Amino acid sequence: MSHIAEVQSATFERLPLLTWMRKNLFNTWGNSVLTLITGWLIFIIGRGLLVWVFTQAEWEVIGANLRLFLLGQYPITQVWRIWLSLLLLAFLSGNALSLWGRKGRAAGRFAVALVVTLLLLMLAPVGIEARGWLLALVFLIGLGWFMGRSATRRMRQVITVGFIIWPPIFILLLRGLTPADGLLPLVGTNLWGGLLLTFMLTVVGIVFSFPLGVLLALGRRSQLRIVRWVSIGYIELIRGVPLITILFMAQLMLPLFLPTGITIDRIIRAMVGITLFSAAYLAENVRGGLQAIPKGQFEAAYALGLSGLHTMGLIVMPQALRLVIPILVGQFIALFKDTALVAIVGLLDLVGIAKTVLAQPEFLGLQREVYAFVSLLYWVFSYAMSYVSIRLESSLGIGQR
Amino acid sequence: MSKSNLLPTKIPIWRDERYLKLLAQIAFALGVLFFGYYFYQNMVTGLRQQGTTLGFSFLNNTAGFDLAETLIDYSRSSKYWQAFLAGLYNTLLVSAVGIFFSTVLGVILGVARLSANPLVKWLAAAYLELMRNLSLLVFLIFWYLGVFLKLPLLREAIFWPGGILLSNRGIALPWGVPTDVYPAYRLILLAGLLLAFGLAFFLHQRGLRTGRPPLTIMWFLATFLAVAVFGWLALPGAPLTLDLPRVEGLGIVGGNTLSPEFMALVSGLVLYTAAFIGEVVRAGIQSVSKGQLEAAGALGLNGFQTLRLVVFPQALQVIIPPLTSQYLNLTKNSSLAIAVGYADLFYVSNTILNQSGRAVEMITLVMLTYLTFSLLTSLFMNWYNSRVRVVER
Repeated sequence: MSHIAEVQSATFERLPLLTWMRKNLFNTWGNSVLTLITGWLIFIIGRGLLVWVFTQAEWEVIGANLRLFLLGQYPITQVWRIWLSLLLLAFLSGNALSLWGRKGRAAGRFAVALVVTLLLLMLAPVGIEARGWLLALVFLIGLGWFMGRSATRRMRQVITVGFIIWPPIFILLLRGLTPADGLLPLVGTNLWGGLLLTFMLTVVGIVFSFPLGVLLALGRRSQLRIVRWVSIGYIELIRGVPLITILFMAQLMLPLFLPTGITIDRIIRAMVGITLFSAAYLAENVRGGLQAIPKGQFEAAYALGLSGLHTMGLIVMPQALRLVIPILVGQFIALFKDTALVAIVGLLDLVGIAKTVLAQPEFLGLQREVYAFVSLLYWVFSYAMSYVSIRLESSLGIGQR
Repeated sequence: MSKSNLLPTKIPIWRDERYLKLLAQIAFALGVLFFGYYFYQNMVTGLRQQGTTLGFSFLNNTAGFDLAETLIDYSRSSKYWQAFLAGLYNTLLVSAVGIFFSTVLGVILGVARLSANPLVKWLAAAYLELMRNLSLLVFLIFWYLGVFLKLPLLREAIFWPGGILLSNRGIALPWGVPTDVYPAYRLILLAGLLLAFGLAFFLHQRGLRTGRPPLTIMWFLATFLAVAVFGWLALPGAPLTLDLPRVEGLGIVGGNTLSPEFMALVSGLVLYTAAFIGEVVRAGIQSVSKGQLEAAGALGLNGFQTLRLVVFPQALQVIIPPLTSQYLNLTKNSSLAIAVGYADLFYVSNTILNQSGRAVEMITLVMLTYLTFSLLTSLFMNWYNSRVRVVER
């Protein structure tokens, strides 16, 4: 990242605005024309957008259906479970950030941004309960942060384990364990929806496609010919077809593949489809990392007497994965955006919910508002993910040596 | 230590690496085959219980559904395979048009991103950042429902300069209508094309001989255009007459009307893919080191020559592999046509699937078709890439 530092430290003179404009915007005839055209374009677009957002758009449809957008039809009495898993995540994040925060200031800034975002969310039209939960989230981030300051090396391992076991805990809490009268009544997957389902699909996609992708990447580089061929065939087949065909296959053909009498849930089917799809792309990215590891590393491991498994697990794979972290984050963002496709196979994720909201008689014809809001949600989360990953990477030196 | 331990004695078969590898492969292959067979067997049993068997003969059955727009003759009484073909052509059309326009817009964006003008640079950067973080499906739906279907009714259609007519029925463009001298004109165009090819080939050969690369593409286009204009003027009447679209009664008469579905899909794909192509182009141009530009300047090349002879050949090498994958992405993403109701390959196949209940066959067919696109495009681009590769010492 040295070139970025260079760019920033390059002579950045403070010029008076007019001088700066003359030097950069109106220095030649051609440039002046270009400036005027671009300025006019920005003005037209900006004015149209502002006029629409503040005077014409009817945003009531969002406020009235906010819960539907975020949680789908998840029963209101059970929403505390979602908050509980978020509290755990907040604690883990605060802790992890303060551990990383020792190396650079980006983590600290990120923690502050997170807290500010949560506090700002309290201004949104949500119930008093939700505000309380948001406050609790802020509190737990802070708690995690301060506990992380005095944490030992052992704590770091606990945090890593915490992040790994968080997704299963999250899913378990959401799904429930006991019959209707128990502490954690089962909530059928048909009630999962909205942003919650979108996140769920993303998390499951990431968690399960990761090991599969790593295995496929190893398989593609294997010396065993048949293993290699099967891996190549799988990766190229999946990468050659659109995600939507895989999702349809998962919905329609997966039940056929299983013995009669066994049925799997539609959401699980979508998860299988997304995982199978994502794994092929992940395999290619991991393979890129593996190829970048110099041969000397293998030879050195061999000279030390490590077995093939140890060489891979202890020497090569950690370096390879470290190299491709930025690419993997990019892929996970793409996966998050791609989960919208499950709406086409009839699941009620964010896009599916948007369709049902637009079918409400009092909100007919508000497609612009609803889809603009949904786009905004996708945009904000994707942008935040990429921004945070870029910042953390550059400050921690992840992805470079 | 006795001497015999150091000598390569015969390794027992269960520790011989070659045998172990072979064994592992056989075990793996057996595992894959077993699972494949198991799934297949389950599927056949399940289908038999539903009273069907696998087979593609149903493609000869009558389709019985209409398609809004097709490039080939298609009606309700056509066969399934004809419907599939119509969808295939529509996908190819969308992909070809999309690839062309997204390349143009992408190159503009990539160059604008590197512009010296801060305003242009900022606008391009903002656009890229906006598009790259949107979900394509949501964007397409928004674009279709929120923009193209919200255009005014036909009665209140908007007229744009140049005879373009915008309404929620689509975009009507002025179009040429062939007259009776059109066949002759077509022959002239063909002759012009051949002449242009011949000239380009000759120039290319001379360039190879003399070591001075000529402006082959420019001469090619100039020759073709000259013949086209000359032919137009030489013929007794104009081969095409301009037909302006206009509103008559309840419909649009004249011109060529592009449906809102087609327009939304193509323009949405173009706007989205162009952002990614813009990044690819920017990276490609930036990959040419500054020393190359300085060297070109020192040799006395002017700006255009520097671009044509130094920057492009090198940037193209970096650009082409990721550009290929963007083209493939666009083709695959065109399957989202189902969200806007455009009758592409996937949409038509889904309709066939729903009508005939042949899920396995249709999904296999669709996947194989897309796979063929991907493989053909990769092959072509690999060939092209090996052609543009700068030969290093």
